[in-house]
Amino acid sequence: MTTKKIIAPDAKWQEIPMAGIIPTAGTAKEFKTGDWRTRKPIHSEEKCINCLRCWVYCPDSSILVKDGKVTGIDYDHCKGCGICAKVCPDKVKAITMINQSEE
Amino acid sequence: MADILEIRWHGRGGQGAKTAALLMGESAAEAGKYVQAFPEYGPERMGAPVTAYNRISANPIRLHCSVENPKYVIVLDPTFYGAVDFTSGIRDGGAILINTSESPAEWKKKLDFGGKNISIFTVDASKISKEEVGGNFPNTPMLGALIKVSNVLDVEEALTAIRSKLTVKFRNKPEMIDKNLKAIQRSFEEVQSE
Amino acid sequence: MKIRHSLTGNEAMAEAMRQINPDVVAAYPITPQTEIVQLFSNSVADGKVNTEFVTVESEHSAMSATIGASAAGARAMTATSANGLAYMWEVVYIAASMRLPIVMPVVNRALSGPINIHCDHSDTMGARDSGWIQIYSENSQEAYDNLIQAIRIAEHKDIQLPVMVCMDGFIISHGMEIIEAEDDETVRKFIGVRKPQYSLLNKDEPVTMGPLDLQDFYFEHKKQQAEAMKNSAQVILDVAKEWKEMTGRSYDMLDEYCMEDAEIAIVAIGSAAGTAKVAVDALRAKGVKAGLVKVRVFRPFPKEEIAKALAKTKAVAIMDRAESFADFGGPLFRDIRASLYEYDLRPKTVSYVYGLGGRDVTLDTINQVYADLERLVKGEQIPMLNHLGVRE
Repeated sequence: MTTKKIIAPDAKWQEIPMAGIIPTAGTAKEFKTGDWRTRKPIHSEEKCINCLRCWVYCPDSSILVKDGKVTGIDYDHCKGCGICAKVCPDKVKAITMINQSEE
Repeated sequence: MADILEIRWHGRGGQGAKTAALLMGESAAEAGKYVQAFPEYGPERMGAPVTAYNRISANPIRLHCSVENPKYVIVLDPTFYGAVDFTSGIRDGGAILINTSESPAEWKKKLDFGGKNISIFTVDASKISKEEVGGNFPNTPMLGALIKVSNVLDVEEALTAIRSKLTVKFRNKPEMIDKNLKAIQRSFEEVQSE
Repeated sequence: MKIRHSLTGNEAMAEAMRQINPDVVAAYPITPQTEIVQLFSNSVADGKVNTEFVTVESEHSAMSATIGASAAGARAMTATSANGLAYMWEVVYIAASMRLPIVMPVVNRALSGPINIHCDHSDTMGARDSGWIQIYSENSQEAYDNLIQAIRIAEHKDIQLPVMVCMDGFIISHGMEIIEAEDDETVRKFIGVRKPQYSLLNKDEPVTMGPLDLQDFYFEHKKQQAEAMKNSAQVILDVAKEWKEMTGRSYDMLDEYCMEDAEIAIVAIGSAAGTAKVAVDALRAKGVKAGLVKVRVFRPFPKEEIAKALAKTKAVAIMDRAESFADFGGPLFRDIRASLYEYDLRPKTVSYVYGLGGRDVTLDTINQVYADLERLVKGEQIPMLNHLGVRE
């Protein structure tokens, strides 16, 4: 069951797994939720102290981390909830929210 | 239908009418017969009148209703007289077995079978039980009387079957097994006919 | 090796469960089912089974825990009656729609009120559209045989649906009868080990079960479920055939008794069918061409078999041990009438709701129905909808 097949929207009843079972892991990755966003987090590498609070709190696993350092934000999945900006320590404020339209 | 022997037990909650019916059924089962044993569930309270039934046959039994015309009626408590209609539906040519210190002749005067030919048997099962088992458990002596009177089971085979069932029932009180068997044996000897 | 037992229906079910040795049992007591789980828990305590026994605080939890265990890949069972089944209602549907092969003895009891603990089929008849396969038992022997076969039916790869194995409360559950049981090895060989297609505990092939399913796919999943129910009929027959080869005891969707040349017939479910067979014997001895059809499998509904069995009869009484307050007879009556609609030649059918709340069904009760059918055949009028034996 390692094939990450996304079921076609017009798949017939015979072609889909029974009972709505999703027979593979990590399918949320294929489902882009970035377009739900009205506000967008902007990360500043300069200000960031890499405490990783944003990574812990992000409900969509959209804080990208490499070697213990925040490298950016996964805008394909970030829904713009703003939790990351909220939990970023007051003295740091490495994440700021802007309107999506300001981009 | 004709080949099915039907039995009805009358007792009070706590006297063991259901257990007696089960023991009778299991003894007949051990003898290779087809059996049913079932209680009529009413309010399950100590002292409340309860009824239990047996069907015994050489062939599989498919009826699943209560027994309306028993050949044998066993009355575990003589105080039912005038209170519970224990002679109801008894089959012509059948018999009634009563736990009482009185004689069959005395009961013959009391009971009206509406012209049916019914034999009356009595045995003081409560007295036997008190003396042998140490309490008023009239069910096993009355079972003994039924086995003796009905003659549907081989006495020795029935005793063996009852012993094995009592062994399970009295797993934690093994001394009760022999006491109950003794009570049954005495009932064989003491049951009176008209 | 066959073992002859004298067992009550509940003891027979508990014995079958001991032999099945499920991985998980989660259950809550309710009369008249209590004894099944109580006796089974003895087997757990005595180390005779390897079952993880979960005591729960309600039937809703019993079914929920059973669902969780089954989704994890376990062979999971529970048991209930009447109000207990009602209390687990929403999860009963979820078990079926998640396609979990749970097997559940249901000891039929009136679904209150006024409160009553005795037999009728109002509990499981209410669950007839829940997506569970429903198999009904006439006696302790059938309860035992049906429960073991149900494991194979439920777990079949093309089916994967839960099964209710129903048995009449008190009449069968608390009545001792002779049954012929198989030895443990025979039963275990017959049922094998569950090989789940998906399992929540299989970390190598992780899956999501029970996700949100919206307008775009829900309907397709329901079609799958309906298709599985459709396919289950053949599996039920195949499993029965195999069971017969092993035990000599044969089962079908229906049990037809003296139907070859029957002019009048009763259709019934459960223990009353046994009494009706005795009535048929007596009528046949008098030259009356009477027959009986016992419905063993109610879901999936054996529509063609029923129609075929009744095709040559003149008048049929359909007996429901459940009132469904439709002012149109019970569920069996309506399903049978609908099955016969396809046929140009069909018997007259009348509905008898009977035996509610444990009302005794005697030979006289049954004979009254056959007498009505004889009158109907002679051209007399009989009401279409009847409440058999109710005082009026």
